[in-house]
Amino acid sequence: MSTAAVLSAPAVHSLWTTAAEPVDKIPAPTIEYAQLAPILIVVGAAVLGILLEAFVPRRARYHAQLFLAVVGLAAAFAATVGLAASGHASTQARIAAMGAIAVDGPALFLQGTILLTALVAVFTFAERRLDPAHHGHRVDSFAAEAAAVPGSEHEKSAVKAGFTTTEVFPLALFAVAGMLVFPAANDLLTLFIALEVFSLPLYLLCAVARRKRLMSQEAAVKYFLLGAFSSAFLLFGIALLYGYAGSVSYARIADVVDGAVTDVDPALASTMGNDVLLLIGFALLLTGLLFKVGAVPFHMWTPDVYQGAPTPVTGFTAAATKVAAFGAMLRLLYVVLPGLTWDWRPVMWGVAIVTMLGGAVVAITQTDIKRLLAYSSIAHAGFILAGVIAATPEGVSSVLFYLAAYSFVTIGAFAVVTLVRDAGGEATHLSQWAGLGRRSPLVAAVFAVFLLAFAGIPLTSGFSGKFAVFKAAAEGGAGALVVVGVIASAIAAFFYIRVIVLMFFSEPKPEGPTVAVPSPLTMTAIGVGVAVTLVLGLAPQYFLDLAGSAGTFVR
Amino acid sequence: MNPVNYLYLAALLFTIGATGVLIRRNAIVVFMCVELMLNACNLAFVAFSRMHGNLDGQIIAFFTMVVAAAEVVVGLAIIVSLFRSRHSASVDDASLMKL
Repeated sequence: MSTAAVLSAPAVHSLWTTAAEPVDKIPAPTIEYAQLAPILIVVGAAVLGILLEAFVPRRARYHAQLFLAVVGLAAAFAATVGLAASGHASTQARIAAMGAIAVDGPALFLQGTILLTALVAVFTFAERRLDPAHHGHRVDSFAAEAAAVPGSEHEKSAVKAGFTTTEVFPLALFAVAGMLVFPAANDLLTLFIALEVFSLPLYLLCAVARRKRLMSQEAAVKYFLLGAFSSAFLLFGIALLYGYAGSVSYARIADVVDGAVTDVDPALASTMGNDVLLLIGFALLLTGLLFKVGAVPFHMWTPDVYQGAPTPVTGFTAAATKVAAFGAMLRLLYVVLPGLTWDWRPVMWGVAIVTMLGGAVVAITQTDIKRLLAYSSIAHAGFILAGVIAATPEGVSSVLFYLAAYSFVTIGAFAVVTLVRDAGGEATHLSQWAGLGRRSPLVAAVFAVFLLAFAGIPLTSGFSGKFAVFKAAAEGGAGALVVVGVIASAIAAFFYIRVIVLMFFSEPKPEGPTVAVPSPLTMTAIGVGVAVTLVLGLAPQYFLDLAGSAGTFVR
Repeated sequence: MNPVNYLYLAALLFTIGATGVLIRRNAIVVFMCVELMLNACNLAFVAFSRMHGNLDGQIIAFFTMVVAAAEVVVGLAIIVSLFRSRHSASVDDASLMKL
């Protein structure tokens, strides 16, 4: 595309009208396969997963898919670590694939986080011991056949035949592939494509719950319509920024914003003087990203989707989407638009304040544990925004650390939610959780650890993360924001502690829910969550240093 | 013709689409309005491409069409499965989780 950029309008016109003059050879793109290995491995595993779905007999599919997903994600993680170890996170940072994808510290750190999160999430996807076996077949959280109408003969026969939706594994891998590209995207087109690649599988995953399928489908429709709506905004923002700068490359747009371009043709001269294109385009682009992280006022979908989606999918969406979307937002604000810091900071201040307070206050009134965690995730989006607003390298590394800490707590918390069950599936109403600590102290204690981490109590990862973010925000000149953040944290601590009190200090109901004994898969997921929470809380320094050394964007 | 006029048209189409998403109640119609917004984006891309004399915008328009097609596949699958279990595609009827 870069060669086309230097052609004048009549020259471009001649490309498709006459072949009077021979067209220059289009140079073949150079792709750095080694630097893109994490992404390519995950995409390859996802494509292989589709082929397995087509060619492997049905009874062998579950194990084949699980094996492929785990191996694919682990290999991609190893490739990420390899890239970071060979210096791509610091001195060897590169822009690969003809300027489309950045391979630098923040990208590799976030990709590693997403891959580990996804690996743990795949374990929760694969759990098959929570529900009693139907007709001798073990069942997971996903519908026997998602296309069958709930309660119909079609569905009954699918259940009887022991069908399972093993497509969830390749779908999750495709979503992970999009999420890996999203924070590394170095031009706006790649950003948009990555957004769609990770969103579309998530819409489908939301719709395939085994239990409470009407709610699940409703969640999927809401997520899909609002997600498509917001990505249309994002795309129009991209169109306006393209109109402003005449290019979708991050570096080029940054230069045009700074007025540091030398080759100004008349068309560019007229559009780059037009700040309306820049500001509206940027606002629309930011709207799309704020929707994905679930910031107020674009949070409306969050509680419904979190509640309706199958709980393993909720955990995956809540953790990994946030990491990917905040990564993309950081790159956009720090690489493309440092020249606009004075324009975006006041807006983001407002968004961060209403997000922190809105999420924390509304969460108090919730009576469903999944909705409560949804509003808590909104409040956390606000805390992370405080770190984004710092606009310093410390801001970047504090956000990286916070995202890593938050994603494991989230996956672990939702994994615990899958364990507490009654006859109708998961018992998510808070009244059903009363006295859980008396009945199964271990599960309640683990959940209490996650809640304390969400609340930011010392000795948990939540405290280290919040401290890093607020410190960066205060040093970045956002002291008032930190005050609001601490107040919101105090409000949020109230409802986390309330759940803990409910679990440990109230009488269990006689016909309350039971706690299912999971297979080693979910145990691993929860165990990893607890371990990361405690390690990042007790000895955060190594990981803070890691995030600190990964805090520089390549341009 | 001045390509700026196409930008006004694109903005108008985008606004019509966004308004439709907000006021229509049938999920299919809402979805068609989203598609209208995507097409408005395409028109803006092509118009800007003509103004700047480079092909980036036209290439992006192709990508957008492919994305829109993929979105139709996923979206219709979800909306049809909702319709089959509820016999209604109204976004107001889907309110199991309202507070």
